[in-house]
Amino acid sequence: MLYREAGDFKTSYKSDSQTFPIAFDRYRYWAVMAFAFLVIPFLINDYWASAILLPFLIYSIAAIGLNILVGYCGQVSLGTGGFMAVGAFACYKLMTSFPEVSIIIHIVLSGGITALVGTAFGLPSLRIKGFYLAVATLAAQFFLVWLFNKVSWFYNYSASGQINAPERFVGGFAVTGPNADAWAKYLVCLVFVTVCALISRNLTRGNVGRSWMAIRDMDIAAEIIGVNPLKAKLTAFAVSSFFIGISGALFFSVYLGAVEVGEAFGIQKSFLVLFMIIIGGLGSIFGSFAGAALLVVLPVALKVIGVDFLGWPTDLVAHLQLVVVGALIMFFLVKEPHGLAQYWRLAKEKLRLWPFPY
Amino acid sequence: MSADFLYGIEVIINGLMAGVLYALVALGFVLIYKASGIFNYAQGVMALFAALTLVGIMEGQVPFGHLINAIFGTDIHHFGWEVPALLAILLTVLVMGLFAFLVQKFVFRHLVGQEPIILFMATIGLAYFLEGVGDLMWGSDIKTLDLGLPQGGSLWVEDLTAKLGGDDFYGFFIDKLDMVAALVAAVLVTGLILFAQYTKQGRAMRAVADDHQAALSVGISLNFIWVLVWSLAGMVALVAGIMWGAKSGVQFSLSLIALKALPVLMLGGFTSIPGAIVGGLIIGVGEKLFEYTIGAPFLGGATENWFAYMLALLFLVFRPQGLFGERIIERV
Repeated sequence: MLYREAGDFKTSYKSDSQTFPIAFDRYRYWAVMAFAFLVIPFLINDYWASAILLPFLIYSIAAIGLNILVGYCGQVSLGTGGFMAVGAFACYKLMTSFPEVSIIIHIVLSGGITALVGTAFGLPSLRIKGFYLAVATLAAQFFLVWLFNKVSWFYNYSASGQINAPERFVGGFAVTGPNADAWAKYLVCLVFVTVCALISRNLTRGNVGRSWMAIRDMDIAAEIIGVNPLKAKLTAFAVSSFFIGISGALFFSVYLGAVEVGEAFGIQKSFLVLFMIIIGGLGSIFGSFAGAALLVVLPVALKVIGVDFLGWPTDLVAHLQLVVVGALIMFFLVKEPHGLAQYWRLAKEKLRLWPFPY
Repeated sequence: MSADFLYGIEVIINGLMAGVLYALVALGFVLIYKASGIFNYAQGVMALFAALTLVGIMEGQVPFGHLINAIFGTDIHHFGWEVPALLAILLTVLVMGLFAFLVQKFVFRHLVGQEPIILFMATIGLAYFLEGVGDLMWGSDIKTLDLGLPQGGSLWVEDLTAKLGGDDFYGFFIDKLDMVAALVAAVLVTGLILFAQYTKQGRAMRAVADDHQAALSVGISLNFIWVLVWSLAGMVALVAGIMWGAKSGVQFSLSLIALKALPVLMLGGFTSIPGAIVGGLIIGVGEKLFEYTIGAPFLGGATENWFAYMLALLFLVFRPQGLFGERIIERV
């Protein structure tokens, strides 16, 4: 009734190859964009921003990046935390060395720097795969955290090794530092999320994305039919690290403001983003958003229920969070290895036939 | 002989001891990977859980005490009894066996035939779950493991080697605990190899590791073998947990030893028990030697975290399957 393709004929190549061919999808997309850009900035307050919305947006970018590498190209990577650290520290050095340049340019540049670092650490993928590659990226994770701790040039020789984001303005409004308004931070992150999601959606639908998926499915066969594995794997690492670097830079400058590399970008961060894409669905842009939403909201919800509602001590609730997250992951992998995105696809399929069952 | 050279030899010997402990952890991984193709990231957390259970049983702690207190408002912490070490170890082995049965029944039975990455991620979920359950059951404060194992430097070794150096050379300092750990690891590995070679179930285990379908067709119960393998890995985890726990207390960082075992596996190959041992020794020695010769003077120290991975990566470039692993043959 609502969700139909019947009668919707495309009259140009452009409309035939658009991202959302079904009209209902298009309207839904524009409605969500309008709500996100025009309604939420007026309703947002500091708590919602710092507890839910900002982490959701930032982790969505990281999840999209990791999904490109793991979900679309099949290269397991446990180095997400380290690459986010590269993005954060690159942003910090750029902000302190070139204070007149806009922070937006700095964030994009730190994404670029992270892309170069990611390509370098992606070189082992040309020779090893599977778990061996996962362990190699783990090496990158530990090495990068050690590097940012040891070499004091990265944190401008400060005594504590912590980096602080100086105050920066976009269009006259503060977006970093303690005086930034919640809606300004939210809008900056939202713009980055929209652009990153559009870029990644179009990349994965195009030639590059198809070469990634060929490598993921059967890399020897892909090489035989002419997909260049070096180009495919290294571009996957580069694009993925670009997004993860942007996410790290935003995480540091807009969300946290001050970061200590061992705590904020350790291996727990790598696992967190990996869980997001597993639960959300490997190989799906929507899945990155769904997984990020679930894993950002879940600890907050558990804490609200456990501490505020039931009055339990906080360490008990923290342990319960571990139990619930672990159980959720195992449950999802057993019940639906393709994650929340598969449920979404199923729902859309059912909706296309509604009110008929099949 | 110069004091520096002798100190270098002591560093190597200590590295070998550390390597033995790494090999202990890597052994559990190899067991499970050989039999079911699952890379068990939860092995480190299993070691932590086993050690926590051992200490909890020995001290007569009430399991889930904290949770029960929070729900029902009671204030119970201990049963009041204390269990002797040997009986506690036996009970913990039973608990690990039960854990193996439950994990096989509820998680991995349903994931048979899935891709390796899905299985790996299931074990990561299991690791988080087990860590949370361990904390809920026994509490997350640091516990001391008191099994009566000898600790401290061995005076016997010191006296024996004091004659090697000059007048102010005091002899090699080797921890008694490390020597006990090496002995226990040797006994464990010998036991495992004897089990695998000379018993019916051990042969069945090797058959399952070779080819699942062939083993099924001969009449071997895959489920039973997988539960057996997970129980064995649980026992190995218990031993590793005891050794590491006696050294530095039973706390969360015990689960991070799994991350130390990964380069050992990369070096030795995922499917080989002697590979785990040799890999462990190489990594142990390499780590300590690198820190002593290059790390501390030139790089500011604290290189132990990542050097093992770099070493393993280097090996992988020349030999992707590890030193003793099976050659990876891929067919399209």
